[in-house]
Amino acid sequence: MNSPSSSTNRACHPWVAQVAVVTEVRQEIESVATYRLRLRDAEIARQYRFQPGQFNMLYVPGCGESAISHSGPSENDGHDLWHTVRFVGRVTDSIAKLNVGDHLGVRGPFGTAWPLEACKQRDVVVMSGGLGLAPLRPMLYALMAKRSEFGRVVLLHGARTPETILYPEELSQWQAQGIEVELTVDRADGEWAGNVGVVPLLLDRLPDLRPAQTEVVTCGPEIMMHFSAISALKRGIPETSIWLSMERNMQCAAGLCGHCQWGPLFVCKDGPVFRYDRIRTLLKVRDL
Amino acid sequence: MTATPEQLTIAAKSLWLDKKEFQSFLNVLREGGYQIIGPRIEQGAIVYGPVDRVEDFPLGWTDEQAPGLYRLKKRDDDALFGYAVGPHSWKRFLFPPQLDMMRSKKVGAGWDMEPVPVETVKYAFLGVRACELSAIEVQDRVFLNSTFPDEYYQQRRRDSLIIAVNCTMAAATCFCTSMDSGPRCRTGYDLALTELIDGYVVEVGSVQGATLIERLALPTVAAVQEERAEVARRQAVEQIQRVLDREHVQSTLKQRLNHVHWDDVAARCLSCANCTMVCPTCFCSSVEDVTMLVDQEVVRQRRWDSCFNFDFSHVSGGPVRDQTRSRYRQWLTHKLTTWVDQFGTSGCVGCGRCITWCPVGIDLTKESVILCSEAGLDKPQDSPL
Amino acid sequence: MTECRPKLAVMKFASCDGCQLTLLDMEDELLTIARAVQISHFAEASSSLAPGPYDLTLVEGSITTREDRQRLTQLREDSKYLVTIGACATSGGVQALRNFGSHDEFMRGVYARPDYIETLATSTPIAAHVKVDFELRGCPVDKHQLLEVIASLLAGHRPKTSTESVCQACKRRGNVCVVVAQDMPCLGPVTQAGCGAICPAYDRGCYGCFGPTRQPNPKSLSDHLLRQRLGEVECAMLLHGINAYAPEFATEGQRLWELAGVPKPLHASLHSDEEGAQE
Repeated sequence: MNSPSSSTNRACHPWVAQVAVVTEVRQEIESVATYRLRLRDAEIARQYRFQPGQFNMLYVPGCGESAISHSGPSENDGHDLWHTVRFVGRVTDSIAKLNVGDHLGVRGPFGTAWPLEACKQRDVVVMSGGLGLAPLRPMLYALMAKRSEFGRVVLLHGARTPETILYPEELSQWQAQGIEVELTVDRADGEWAGNVGVVPLLLDRLPDLRPAQTEVVTCGPEIMMHFSAISALKRGIPETSIWLSMERNMQCAAGLCGHCQWGPLFVCKDGPVFRYDRIRTLLKVRDL
Repeated sequence: MTATPEQLTIAAKSLWLDKKEFQSFLNVLREGGYQIIGPRIEQGAIVYGPVDRVEDFPLGWTDEQAPGLYRLKKRDDDALFGYAVGPHSWKRFLFPPQLDMMRSKKVGAGWDMEPVPVETVKYAFLGVRACELSAIEVQDRVFLNSTFPDEYYQQRRRDSLIIAVNCTMAAATCFCTSMDSGPRCRTGYDLALTELIDGYVVEVGSVQGATLIERLALPTVAAVQEERAEVARRQAVEQIQRVLDREHVQSTLKQRLNHVHWDDVAARCLSCANCTMVCPTCFCSSVEDVTMLVDQEVVRQRRWDSCFNFDFSHVSGGPVRDQTRSRYRQWLTHKLTTWVDQFGTSGCVGCGRCITWCPVGIDLTKESVILCSEAGLDKPQDSPL
Repeated sequence: MTECRPKLAVMKFASCDGCQLTLLDMEDELLTIARAVQISHFAEASSSLAPGPYDLTLVEGSITTREDRQRLTQLREDSKYLVTIGACATSGGVQALRNFGSHDEFMRGVYARPDYIETLATSTPIAAHVKVDFELRGCPVDKHQLLEVIASLLAGHRPKTSTESVCQACKRRGNVCVVVAQDMPCLGPVTQAGCGAICPAYDRGCYGCFGPTRQPNPKSLSDHLLRQRLGEVECAMLLHGINAYAPEFATEGQRLWELAGVPKPLHASLHSDEEGAQE
């Protein structure tokens, strides 16, 4: 099983944000940027640890908090935390206005992690849609860091259009480090010679898949993850080898405020990463 | 918690507090450094607030309750605790409706952020019913048995004294017997009283309670008074008419997520959140910024929130539960079933507040019977949780 | 330095000035606001009135005359950010009751020389005519919400006000429900919070000053009130009050008028633009 968040080192009071300084803003695609943050308190920064798949609550004073996954390497401590943010709401629109040197608050890390241990010596299919690649990037970095400990690693990534493919310049580096990358878009332009269609189609067609040897990790719109899981099952991958990262309204991130409840689960602490067999029935219920 | 041998000895002997001595009892609590919170009449109901003198209590008053209806009525005696439960619950004090959690101060171009210190308050809760003891125990599981215990709750809970009162009557909305949460107070109190016309049988539940009551040097209760107390307590059990088939609902409701009756309830439900506000176990909250304009200071304040609120389940694509039907379904299935998965106990203690204080009188004991029935199932194969 | 401060305008259409007074009543905060913004146009506060453009315009009042409609179009062009303040600007106000009656009849009933009066037949919210960036509800608006809006905009955040019901604020405050304990008609369960549940705190039912909540269920509430033997007319008048023209209150109010045998057809569309301002 994946490790609980309690195993990570949390120096901070769960309700109180730590001040972080923006050290770099990298514009990714339209309305998406990656922020590199340094926790101001050096001791807390030194103790800060997270696992791929976990998230932080980012806080803009006067505006509010938003749950944002880690998108950077998990070897980093609190001196260099990466968060890829899409500007879609009140808080993230305010994050969009931050510049290098500005302050924001950070609480975390929270939630469950991708199942790195379960992936050891096995093939890994990483399936992402849109910004869903961001929470999976720390996982990819971790796989690359100990590449020989894992079998075949495939990234199946989909975006709306070729221009909205996240981290395009990194994809070739990843390929060079032994990751097979397959891309697809919903709508192609004249230049695009690649796949057109949804991400699960890429798995349907993936050659030389060894179902009993494979773990699937997926993050993206709920509907995309749902169909990715169905595709994996059709390919003979067991339910216990499929992992999804869910989005709900995370507020306290400690299972105390109730907002992110999903049936019997609190997505903030029981998730966001769930094994498919634990949530299969929940995925089928509308507006649960 | 297991009682120490000392506690067991204390608990074995019930004491007798004469009605005339009740003020002295209050004085002892006050001298112990406690702020006494007990029943008092406000706005036509018995609520919980500061009480210091016997006259502050709802002397000779009772409550009459029905779905969507609450009335104060005069009793024909001078009982202080001759009512069931009102619109308030003790969560108001342990988990305050609004509480400052964190403060950010602008320093130059940046910010400093610090916790708002936990304020120490020492409450003596006087008049806690058996269902309310259960409710406190339920909230203990939520706020304390957590990876991140809530230290604001923890402090208040640790420093408060609980003086329970055994019910000697029940309201028409009570169903604690169905939820195995009353009406007899069993554990979780420092002292427990059973009110009789001339005084109180006092049971001691903790060393803390024993130490306090010792100062009054009360006599041991006589057998005849003990018997009268038992008769009075039995009266409450006999008056309870309302039933909820706890185990059946717990196992069945999860299989009924597509029942047509959810629509029927949604047509009546106001999604106003009253049931969740009066519920002694509901724990949902939101933390929001309170802006001080350009005064360079922002406070983050936690407030009671509710799963009935339109924005409550908001994600980037809009609210997950975007209709009253799904919000009511969330509340009821959580309260009666998934709560057990989360915390090992039902979220309902059978106090009946959500029935009384629903402005349109929606009654979960009735609705759950219909929702658990086979009739009205959308599909024979409903999605289970 | 003065030039850097954002320009604030406070404009009035058909209204009682109560919302502007809320701004003036913010004694402690007003000086801070005045330091943070340049108050360019606020007739209630100063006779020095600068022309646009404005960075933030607070608009009070509804549109009831042809001239006001023209003035509003210009104001929108002059304003970077336009916020309506109060029930009149947001739902047409109490004067929108005329949308459910005969304009001519009202004119004849009220004025000795109705021919001197030139108004539109309807009272309509600002958003029926121009794009509104944020709507602040209330009769009058709440000081804290107004402050939150101004502070957010100054800091560059999108403002946010709660969409919870009055009941939620009412219970947090510790009030006892006046519907349940005192059989009082109260719009709290279908009304958006913002006032801090003042009326129920003083043993009065909610008048619905802040307009309908998201997905309100006024029919269930009025069915209940009718069962509690409140008359159809009283119940209709409860909904057709300060926010009569807010769609959910308008529709349920009309159903009740019909039940009472006094149908009140609407003289303006509830949703669209131009018909909403017919003459």
